[in-house]
Parts: sequence; structure tokens; C-alpha cells
Amino acid sequence: MAAEQFTMVKALNEALRRSLEENPKTLIMGEDVGRLGGVFRVTDGLHKDFGEERVIDTPLAESGIVGTAIGLALRGYRPVVEIQFDGFVYPAFDQIVTQLAKMHARALGQIKLPVTIRIPFAGGIGAVEHHSESHEAYFAHTAGLKVVAPSNPVDAHWMLRQAIASDDPVIFLEPKRRYWDKAVLDPNGAPELGLHQARVTRPGRDLTLIAYGPMVKVCMEAAAAAAEDGQQLEVVDLRSLSPVDFDTVAESVRRTGRAVVVHEAPVFMGMGAELAARITERCFYSLEAPVLRVGGYFAPYPPSRVEDAFLPDLDRVLDAVDRAMAF
Amino acid sequence: MTVKKTARAPKAATGARRSPAEAAQPALVQLLTPEGERVEHPDFSVETTPDELRSLYRDLVLVRRFDAEATSLQRQGELGLWASLLGQEAAQVGSGRAMRSGDYAFPTYREHGVAWCRGVDPLNLLGMFRGVNHGGWDPNEKNFHLYTIVIGSQTLHATGYAMGITKDGSDDAVIAYFGDGASSQGDVSEAFTFASVYNAPVVFFCQNNQWAISEPTEKQTKVPLYQRASGFGFPGVRVDGNDVLAVLAVTRWALERARNGEGPTLVEAFTYRMGAHTTSDDPSRYRIADELESWKLKDPIERVKAYLVREDWADAAFFEAVEAESEQLAVRVREGVRTMPDPDPSSIFEHVYAEPHALVDEERAGYLAYAASFDSEGDEN
Repeated sequence: MAAEQFTMVKALNEALRRSLEENPKTLIMGEDVGRLGGVFRVTDGLHKDFGEERVIDTPLAESGIVGTAIGLALRGYRPVVEIQFDGFVYPAFDQIVTQLAKMHARALGQIKLPVTIRIPFAGGIGAVEHHSESHEAYFAHTAGLKVVAPSNPVDAHWMLRQAIASDDPVIFLEPKRRYWDKAVLDPNGAPELGLHQARVTRPGRDLTLIAYGPMVKVCMEAAAAAAEDGQQLEVVDLRSLSPVDFDTVAESVRRTGRAVVVHEAPVFMGMGAELAARITERCFYSLEAPVLRVGGYFAPYPPSRVEDAFLPDLDRVLDAVDRAMAF
Repeated sequence: MTVKKTARAPKAATGARRSPAEAAQPALVQLLTPEGERVEHPDFSVETTPDELRSLYRDLVLVRRFDAEATSLQRQGELGLWASLLGQEAAQVGSGRAMRSGDYAFPTYREHGVAWCRGVDPLNLLGMFRGVNHGGWDPNEKNFHLYTIVIGSQTLHATGYAMGITKDGSDDAVIAYFGDGASSQGDVSEAFTFASVYNAPVVFFCQNNQWAISEPTEKQTKVPLYQRASGFGFPGVRVDGNDVLAVLAVTRWALERARNGEGPTLVEAFTYRMGAHTTSDDPSRYRIADELESWKLKDPIERVKAYLVREDWADAAFFEAVEAESEQLAVRVREGVRTMPDPDPSSIFEHVYAEPHALVDEERAGYLAYAASFDSEGDEN
């Protein structure tokens, strides 16, 4: 298979396929991941090719899925769990936070929990309630979990393979509204970056836009629009939310002197709060303006007819850029 | 030791053909009465040699002595907390001795007797109660998982592990330990569902000790707990949890079912928590002394002793030797706990992840620099 166009769904599918081929201990588990191929078809064809022993349709019980995945990991397996939608992960939250995240430390390092939990997350697809949530802060706040969120098909492919290969539990957040974006990918190649490295996606000198997952594309569009007005915005795609590549962030902000963090999750207590604090600590004498944040509001994720008002878009990002530049 | 049990689910145990009145007071599987009389059961039996019976008696006594020592150590301030197994020795030793070396146990925080049977050094159990670790033993060394404090969570880990055994084509089996309180947890129901659907080789071993801290079993269930199994499609059995022989027989039967590909079994070991929930608890606030007195008459150790004496399989010298051994164990545990070192504070940062994590590394370096700053101040003085 040479380089060709992949949607993010296909890129993820190919990553799962390669992981199943490369390690006989790799398992896929989740609701409807078998014959159906998942509600987003990320596991399409895997049940047919690898069988029900390795691509496991589970009962509809998220705590049970993660809890048994932990048990399988203790037996030497490498489960890749699919949570069908972001809002359905909470029944498994206890198993993730109290067991999966802490068991390696509890055992003083004598057992490993190589469990990957894939979650289609965030909004923008016109869905009903519980299908559009951004809960990354809950997971990033928990020591013992690694949390990553790719923004494009190529990163999605390599980061998933890296997550599955990791000996730590990884929360793998898939920006579902980017599932159908396309890019050229060569699965026989090699990843450009380590799993927890950020990328400067667009260089600029006036201000740093920091985003991850679905908001990277919005920030790239904002930077392109700003360029028409003569502003050179740098865009940093964080990729990893725990750990965060603060070195790449700080290096960028020291050059630009200004930073705006963008995510779909509510601004209050979100990733942006942590990033703003860290940037202030590391780059205080380089800053020309306070670090600003653009994100969702402190309200339940709204009905789809008004979700556009909730979600940061190009104009809200540029509005924040203007406010930062005004200092 | 041999166990006779046909593969079919015992009629008497499922409750399916019993009247509601009978179902409310189900019979226990019992092979040794509280008076130490050996009795037969239509579905379960076990043959033990005098050596094996003496060995079980030794287990029971040593485990109780260890437990008493740990309670004392808590009273002396050497442990922060202790969850006593007093009264549940037979349930734990009977089930623990039913396992083979390749089997795996997933305990709660009270399975000290099972740990003993698995060969885990009792001192290892005390680290978490002293506060020097959260467990810390290597679970794979003796196939005894770490104590799980959140109620019922481990039943899912046990089920997943058992699913892995099936995938490996092994005939090992798993025991998931939990209690009457845990039976109300969603995770336990989900474990029943997964185990049933995947036909996992797991025995759900519920020690119904009648009390979840202050709440009696009536606050957890309207039906006898073992009957829950039938709704999930596997057999359930209620066994006299204070009868080590009956527990051994029933658990072995359940493990054999698992090995033979017949799937999960629920064993409800009907027993009694003779002590407090933990050393922080005060049972006098919620239960009457008469209840405790009635259960004292069903003591799990006295009946084995009576049986050994009745059969003339043990003499005074044997009982004295076990007593002496238990005192030696207590001394070893006492000294071991008192000399158990506190971990270095920087160990907080160890094993958070299996692989490097930049934030943990940064915070470790920050902590070490901060701690070192006191050393240099001391030097200046």
C-alpha cells in the first residue's frame, strides 16, 4: 500500500488493522465494533478479517467494557476500547479514573495497563444530546492517564498506532467532525513526531494560536484569514494533552509575545486555563498581552440548531486575536 | 482431597423449584456442622485425609492469629487501619485452598486468608494499612491481585482476566471475591453479564457476612444473593461459609465447571463478620450482641477442632504446635511492621506511568530541588 488519500476514519481503521497484524495480543472491544464496523465505521472489516476473538462486540455496559479490558490487560492482552460517543464514557469513568489510571502505581510498577480508549469527541455534527461533548479536562486532570487528540488523518493514524504500542493507558480523542477530512498517508512510512510532541502547523510572528483536535482546522482558517489583513499568526497543534509539550508552546510564545488558546470545551477550568497559567509562568517577560481563551460556554452542550453559537469559529478566534493584538 | 459433584447445577441450589417460603430460608450446603459432625449432602461431598484436615486447621488458626495481630498493631498505632476477617476464615481458606497454582484471585481488601493460601507473605498485606504503599506486591508472583478498595470493581477485572484465559486456551480459572454490599454495585451485575455472555471461567465468590458496615443484607437484596445468578444464566449455590469443608467442595466444583468450559458460577458463602467493618467502625451502634453470640456458636475453627478430636486425628501436641507456630507468626508480623520503613517522599513520582511523562519528570525535579534547599540551609547553620 503506497501513499494514498485517506479519510480520518480510514486512517484510523488502517492503524487498527496494522496494530492487530503486528501484535497478536491486540484486541478491539466495544459496542457494535464487530459486524457493523462501529457506528462511524472505524472498525469496518476488522471483525471479518480478524474474527470475533479479537474484534469483540461487547454488551452495552461501558464500565464493563473498560473493567474487562483492564482484566484482559492484566492477562497480557492489549485492548483497544471504543466508547461509542463521548457522552457515554461516564459510566466507565470510575473504572478509568480509580482503576485504570492508578493500578500501575498501586503495583509499584510491577504490572502494566496498555489499554487504549478511543472516544469520538466534540461537536459540530448536528447530533442529539450526549453526542458532542469535550471532556478532555477530566482525563488530563488524572495522573496515570495519557490523553491525546489528533487533528488530521495522518496524525490520527500514527498517533493511534503509537497509543496502542504504549505501555500506559491512553485516552484517544477522535474529533468526530473531522472524520471525513482527507489527507495523503503512507502507512508503510514512519511517524513524523513522537506521540506527545506538539507541532507548529503554521509559522507566524505576531501571535500563537494553540489548539488540538477539531479546533486546529478552525485556527488554520483563522490564520489564513488574518494573513490577508497582514497578521502573521502561528498555529500550534498540541496533539497531546497529557503530557503537554510545553517546550514547543513556550518557544513559540516567546517569539510571538501573544497567545490565544482555542478549544470546544467550556473555557472555565478547561485546558486553556492550564495553558494560560503555564505560559504566564514560562514566558512572563515575553508577553505583550494576557493569554486569552476561546471555547465553549459554561452551559450544557446546546441543541444542534444553536451549537454554532456555542462552538468557537473563525470569527470568534479572530475576535480574540484582535483583543490580544490591542494590548 | 477429592471432590464429587456432577456437572449439572444442583436443583436444591438454584431455588427454581422451591416454594417462596422455602426460598426465603434456603438450605446451606454443609458438610461439617458447628458441633464438628461430618454430614453428607446430596450434591456435594469432599474426602479429606487426616493430614489435609490438620493442614486446613493450621491455615484457619494462623490466619486468625495474623488477623488478631494486625488489629492489635492498629490499636498500637502501627497501622492506620485494619479490616478484620474474623469469622470469615473458613470461607477464605476453603476457597483459597480450592485453587490451583495457575488460578488467579481478585480480592477485596479483606481477603487476608485467601492471600495466605496463595502464599503471599502476610507482611506484604500490611503495607497499605500502615500507609507505606497502596498494595505493592507483584500480583503475578502468586496470582493474587492487589486489594481493591472501591467496592465491586475487581469483579470486572476478574472477568476480563478470565476472558483472557479462554483466549489463551488455558484451563486455569479465576475467583472474584466480593461481599454482600458489593452485590448492589452495577459493576458486579456487569461482571455477571460479561462472564455469562463470554462463558468466562470465573467463580464469583460472595462472602455474605451479613453486614456492609452498618447496613444488613436486607438493605441490599430482597432475594437470597445466590439466586441472582439464575437471572444471568449460571448456577448459584449458598454454602455454609463457616464450614471449610463445604466451602472447599463447592468452590472446587465451581472451579471445575470453569475449567470444563461451563462458564461462571456464583457461590454465596453465608458467614458473619464477627468484628467491626474496620478498626474505625463501632458495630455496637447498629447490631445487637445476641446476634454475635449466636454466630460464635458457629465458629469456623472450633468445629474443625472438634472434628479432629472426635476422629482422633489430632492430639494435644498438634494443637500446641499450631498454637506455637501462630505465636511465631505474630511475632514476625509485629516486628516486620514495626521495622517497615517509610518510603522516600520522592517515590510519589515513581510508577505514575510506565513510560516517561514530562510533567511528572518536571514536578519530581522541582520537588527534589525544593527538598534539597532545606539541606543547604541546614549546612549554612
